[in-house]
Amino acid sequence: MAKSIDVTDLNIYYGDFLAVQDVNITIPARAVTAFIGPSGCGKSTFLRSLNRMHEVIRGAYVDGKVLVDGEDLYAQEMDPVNVRRKIGMVFQRPNPFPTMSIAENVLAGQRLNSKRMKKSEADDVVEQSLRRAGLWAEVKERLDRPGSSLSGGQQQRLCIARAIAVEPEVLLMDEPCSALDPISTSVIEDLIHELKNDYTIVIVTHNMQQAARVSDQTAFFNLAGVGQPGRLVELGPTEKMFANPDDPATEAYIQGRFG
Amino acid sequence: MTTTLTRPAPSELGADLRGRRLPTWGPTTVWSLAAATAVVGLLTPVGLARGLVLAWFVAALVPAWSFVVEGRRKATDRVVTHLVASAFVLALIPLVSILVAVVGKGSSALSAEFFSYSMRNVVGEGGGIYHGIIGTLLITAAASVISVPIGLFTAIYLIEYGDDSRLASSIRFLVDVMTGIPSIVAGLFAYALFVLFFGEGVRMGVGGSVALSVLMIPVVVRSCEEMLKLVPNELREASYALGVPKWRTIAKVVLPTALAGIVTGITLAIARVIGETAPLLIIAGMTDSVNFNLFDGRMQTLPVFTYSALMNPGVPAEPSIERAWGAALVLLLIVMALNLVARLVSHFFSPQGER
Repeated sequence: MAKSIDVTDLNIYYGDFLAVQDVNITIPARAVTAFIGPSGCGKSTFLRSLNRMHEVIRGAYVDGKVLVDGEDLYAQEMDPVNVRRKIGMVFQRPNPFPTMSIAENVLAGQRLNSKRMKKSEADDVVEQSLRRAGLWAEVKERLDRPGSSLSGGQQQRLCIARAIAVEPEVLLMDEPCSALDPISTSVIEDLIHELKNDYTIVIVTHNMQQAARVSDQTAFFNLAGVGQPGRLVELGPTEKMFANPDDPATEAYIQGRFG
Repeated sequence: MTTTLTRPAPSELGADLRGRRLPTWGPTTVWSLAAATAVVGLLTPVGLARGLVLAWFVAALVPAWSFVVEGRRKATDRVVTHLVASAFVLALIPLVSILVAVVGKGSSALSAEFFSYSMRNVVGEGGGIYHGIIGTLLITAAASVISVPIGLFTAIYLIEYGDDSRLASSIRFLVDVMTGIPSIVAGLFAYALFVLFFGEGVRMGVGGSVALSVLMIPVVVRSCEEMLKLVPNELREASYALGVPKWRTIAKVVLPTALAGIVTGITLAIARVIGETAPLLIIAGMTDSVNFNLFDGRMQTLPVFTYSALMNPGVPAEPSIERAWGAALVLLLIVMALNLVARLVSHFFSPQGER
């Protein structure tokens, strides 16, 4: 489990509009990489291009290479559906399936793909995934209640449990805590620390402290100018990025002097 | 020992904030008077219609009084309230009067015989609408079997695959045009279609179903489209992110989430076409006998039964006219039952939880 990601010369388009330009980045396995930067600079767009969710939007496409363990995700013969099974994603707003119970939500990846499982096997997956998402103790008594009956923070952990239940190699998180209160946020940050032992984790965040707390490596994205595409400005170990970044724009952003 | 509560002296700001108001019992009393006027009108030779007009003028006293006491702004508010309420009552009048008339004139026709006998060999008293109920239920059921898959799949195409492509916009346009097709044209279309296969003078229950489908499909497409639109995109993305293919996402996430609304929409579409007369008159024809076979011969339906019983009552006319009202009442009850089912379905099928 857990694979590293190498991105070379990636350009991301929405139709004619070039949103993100010339990204080169290496995301190491079993570590947390944080993307920071002002709104609209293409962090989320870039994150979504890492599991081919980007092309769900009509007219959107990329050019360049995204290598996971040496395999190009955008090669002709790659099936985006299979790519997404291996590279899971957690979204900004908790989005449990409203028609499903808590247990069914965890099993959604298997169930929706009509994978046959024995009852005991399914129960194991539910318990394992919920335990790893730190939600088991809170919901074990009410696994058949609807997923939407949980609080926001619990719903987000349910979504994480759902994402790891399909045993992906990489976990992408798009501002997973921005809709949550500080307590739920800290629970999820602890969880990220746990999960990085097994997964490659990429997290987009607007919260500088969060990036500093959870990540091993930080990437700063910024717009080249108004109407210009977003680009990767600087990449480095989190400590260095927050202490003395090379690029003045990074320093300005991190110190809150702009953006 | 008593302490006197001292009120703070009224401040200047307080004087600005206060306004003169009608006593709370004021408007209520005037409205009760208006209602009483209407009731008196109903019970005396004055008549309900004049009573209602008088009541309208009585209720109009509230804004007038308000203008004197409260001033211009509040009075305007009360005038508009008065107008909106009168529009509501005006809209209610035909609905209530239809209900009163149909229930009043039709309920005397209802009996066990009325529900279990056809009109075969019946002259004068007796007979029933069994053949009409069977025909209406069969033809409408067949129409739903035709329209629901077509309508639902069209809606799925429009929302999930078409987006804003040229094909999708032209389908949307055509569906809108179809909504406006007069029902008689739908009947002629079905007749013309069946004449191609079976020759002139064809009468068939399933032809009626085809005609009704023409009217029903646009309604189904529109309501399903609205419901699918309401399914948050986040759910689709969550499903894609788990590596679920698009068609499974639609079948297992989007449709179940929208199920309650879709079923409600379909039920209302059925209720909309079940009372159609003109197309059935052309293609399903009329008969006095029970016919269970959609593909063979004429089939009676409740609306057509009502029409023919009123237009050709025979001698004596009274029993036939009574049966017409009875059939109208049964049709009304079926439509009400369908609406009730739609509400129950949307209540029980909607996703549980706080969403």
